[in-house]
Amino acid sequence: MHRNDFVRQLNNPGGDRRPSRVLHLDIPLLLLLLTLCGIGLTVLYSASGQSIFYVKRQATFMLVGLFAMLVMAQFKPRFWERGSLLIYIGGLLSLIAVLFFGVGAKGAQRWLDLGFTRFQPSELMKIAVPMMVSAYLSKRYMPPRFKYVFVATLATLLPVFLVARQPDLGTSLIIFSSGFFAIFLAGLRKRYLVATGLLALAAIPTLWFYVLLDYQKQRVLTLLNPGEDKLGAGWNIIQSTTAIGSGGWSGKGWTQGTQSQLNFLPESHTDFIIAVLAEEFGLIGVLSLLLVYLLLIGRCMVIALNAQTLFSRLVAGTLSLTFFVYIFVNMGMVSGILPVVGAPLPFISYGGSAIVTLFSGFGILMAISTEQKRI
Amino acid sequence: MMHDGAFSDPARERQLFARRLFFGTLVTLLLSIVLSLRYFDLQISRYEDFATQSNNNRVLVRPLPPARGLIYDRKGELIADNRPSYDLTIVPERSDNIEQLLSELGKLITISERDLQRFRKQLSRRRPFEQTTLHINLSEAERAILAVNGHRLGGAETSARLIRHYPHKDLFAHAVGYVGRINERESQAIDGVKYSGTDSIGKIGLEKFYETQLLGTVGSEQVETNARGRAMRILEQTPALPGDNLTLYLDSDLQRVAFEAFNGERGALVAIEIETGGILAMVSTPSYDPNLFVTGISQKNYDGLLYSKDRPLFDRSIRGQYPPGSTIKPMFGLIALQHNIVSPSYQINDNGYFYFKGIERPWRDHNFARGGHGDGVDLSKAIIESCNIYFYGLGVKTGIDLLSDYGSQFGLGARTGIDMPGERPGIMPNRAWKKGAHGQSWFNGDTINTSIGQGFMLTTPLQLAVMSARIASRGDLRTPRLVKSINGIEQAPPPPGTNINISDKHWDYMHKAMEDVVHSSRGTARSISQGLDYKIAGKTGTAQAISIDAEEKYDSSKLEKNQWDHALFVAFAPVADPKIAIGLIVENGEHGGSSAAPIARAVFDAYMASQESATLVNR
Repeated sequence: MHRNDFVRQLNNPGGDRRPSRVLHLDIPLLLLLLTLCGIGLTVLYSASGQSIFYVKRQATFMLVGLFAMLVMAQFKPRFWERGSLLIYIGGLLSLIAVLFFGVGAKGAQRWLDLGFTRFQPSELMKIAVPMMVSAYLSKRYMPPRFKYVFVATLATLLPVFLVARQPDLGTSLIIFSSGFFAIFLAGLRKRYLVATGLLALAAIPTLWFYVLLDYQKQRVLTLLNPGEDKLGAGWNIIQSTTAIGSGGWSGKGWTQGTQSQLNFLPESHTDFIIAVLAEEFGLIGVLSLLLVYLLLIGRCMVIALNAQTLFSRLVAGTLSLTFFVYIFVNMGMVSGILPVVGAPLPFISYGGSAIVTLFSGFGILMAISTEQKRI
Repeated sequence: MMHDGAFSDPARERQLFARRLFFGTLVTLLLSIVLSLRYFDLQISRYEDFATQSNNNRVLVRPLPPARGLIYDRKGELIADNRPSYDLTIVPERSDNIEQLLSELGKLITISERDLQRFRKQLSRRRPFEQTTLHINLSEAERAILAVNGHRLGGAETSARLIRHYPHKDLFAHAVGYVGRINERESQAIDGVKYSGTDSIGKIGLEKFYETQLLGTVGSEQVETNARGRAMRILEQTPALPGDNLTLYLDSDLQRVAFEAFNGERGALVAIEIETGGILAMVSTPSYDPNLFVTGISQKNYDGLLYSKDRPLFDRSIRGQYPPGSTIKPMFGLIALQHNIVSPSYQINDNGYFYFKGIERPWRDHNFARGGHGDGVDLSKAIIESCNIYFYGLGVKTGIDLLSDYGSQFGLGARTGIDMPGERPGIMPNRAWKKGAHGQSWFNGDTINTSIGQGFMLTTPLQLAVMSARIASRGDLRTPRLVKSINGIEQAPPPPGTNINISDKHWDYMHKAMEDVVHSSRGTARSISQGLDYKIAGKTGTAQAISIDAEEKYDSSKLEKNQWDHALFVAFAPVADPKIAIGLIVENGEHGGSSAAPIARAVFDAYMASQESATLVNR
């Protein structure tokens, strides 16, 4: 490791004095994130039935998230590399704690009540797993040997199963992806890749019969034929595709979406918010948002490519690919090409935990980004 | 940190990472294209479908049921109106647990097994978010209980609608009829759009005959709803147009007098206003409460009515077909006079038997003591004392062709054309009819039976009333009608141009003879003449309920009451200027004079009294 890795320009009086440098901000990334926040609040206002309350709360979450991002950015990547195992073990223990002492809503047990606030360990694991796997694999040579892949896979699957049991299929899918991407970017040999693919295929029946709960199976079945149960599980999909489809090219106009304004659309301000955007802003709106997302991911890819250490590269690459998983799963499920799992649309869906977690992840990316910019 | 021969090569590691990242980027872009195509497919390729679907989603068209037209009697008294009914309805989508809700409701109010069965049946065919009725006609107390417990009865609602109501209960049941739930067969025959707001349809009586007018025009409102089916706001409203109001010729006071005069006996009475042909009273007893049918009668109640020996559901006034007996004698007498077959001075000697050449067995007069009416029986006496022997001869001499031809003109043997469904035509037999019905030729014996209103001949009480009115009006061929005006517009059909072709002197003669049936000391209906301050003309009749062998004597003491003869009476009043004509029957009443005529007198009295008070008011 280079000595330089530990040197931050803050410690370097002769360095760049621009505020962005001083605060370890990646300006293009920040601008794209703020753009997303702006879009998010705009759509949320309409999706929440024109509720200023929701918008204010969401804006507050965003400010908290921005602050969390700023804090994360100040730590050196090396700090995260060293601390990753500890964070991971802490996260895993709290996930186990959730199994026993967790509180929750709607039949899912996701939170730990800390007295002053509620803490969602699965959110922590969205960052802890990619960091821990990246840290573990970056100490080995690339491509990693089987036993390291095995350990990394195990480290990934443990929280994945714990979260899936809460049950929170969406989050467990994100955690699984992040672990997988880290291993993949670390240079997982092609033969393992093929083997993993075959294993995954073989695992489907096991998952179906022993892991998935009835309602989760129902969601998969519904995807295949949403018309079968129009008022049950198929309702969400029928309503969301109707909302999206009726948007046309340019949409019905802001706050003019009848599907969402008249409450036909379920979860319109959380997981299904893309349908509101699609209904009110049309295909142009959808593609614009997708473009912003892709620009953001592109910027993250650049950061990953330019990162100084293998750990930084792996974390940056993993986080950016995982970020796309959020988008793909959410937009896919709302438009009816993926089963309905609880997956928010990043920066657009209402929800504090997800926002703070996302910003924290981008904080680490900013730390990595500004690391390379040292003199 | 060397492992297993691998070596650290940062450049190669970077290259490997870059390749992997590039691959990841490629997959990302590819999946982005997949997403874009999916959204393109939904938003552009299938835009029309979804736009339509979304619009349907948003805008719910709800029918606004029209208020059914009201029915008034001639004095403006309500006979059929609409009143609110409160029903317990359930929208399962709004309930967390339907079974729990049902058992909860069962604890609060009485929900019958039948309610539950019907509810479950309806539940399976309703549309999403449609209210399904669990229990109808909540009492005030039940509504209060439900309101108090409303907070824990999510999905259950009390909804109000207008239902038909018959304030006079059984008084007009047969004439006015009732509405009931649209059944399977009816729903195939009707225009579903017109009935989209209602589940009732006129089943019988006026309610059925004037269904089109009474129904009204369904309105609609377009409401924006949320996904829970709740109306958020009304976009557009086309109000329903209430059905037409009917005003009847029926007089509820007269109707009540007639109904009560039967005193529970089985029978029927029709009273006609001669000037218009309007039905003043139309009674069939015993009757039933039509309100029972409006919201669906229980099987128990229905069986009770259906299998009752008295057959209360049977509308005797237009569907009961009875031999008219002697009530047709004045009509036949008029025919014979008109065609010079008998003259007023023609007399016979009645010894109680009528022999016809070639037939060994004599016809007898069942109604009178053996020995007959004696010497000097002319047409008048034959009417007053109801002499069968005279009419046997008169009938044979007139011949069935003339009798039948005129009988039809007097309203017999065919539907009168009253504005009611289900009327029976009766039988005015003739050669062609017998050939068709029995495949046999007409015999003189048939004519003899017909001449005293027996044999094949059958008439409804309505036909008897029409016949009576036509005699009273000197052959005016007016069709009987129940509805006087619709929404205030008179409905009287144009009067037929020509009267029955019978000379005035014959009418005078027959009116006098019929007057003497009531007012002379030997008249068969003399019992009702006491205290009359106006003149009634009438004719009694007796119809065999069972056939009596010619050698036997009819003896009611040897028969069950339901085998007793039917008592009939036709009459009109006042004789000088006839206003009202009546035809009536009392089943197993035995003698027209003693059991049927008093009922007519009661109705005449009430009518004359009302005319008098009307005259006083007009002064």
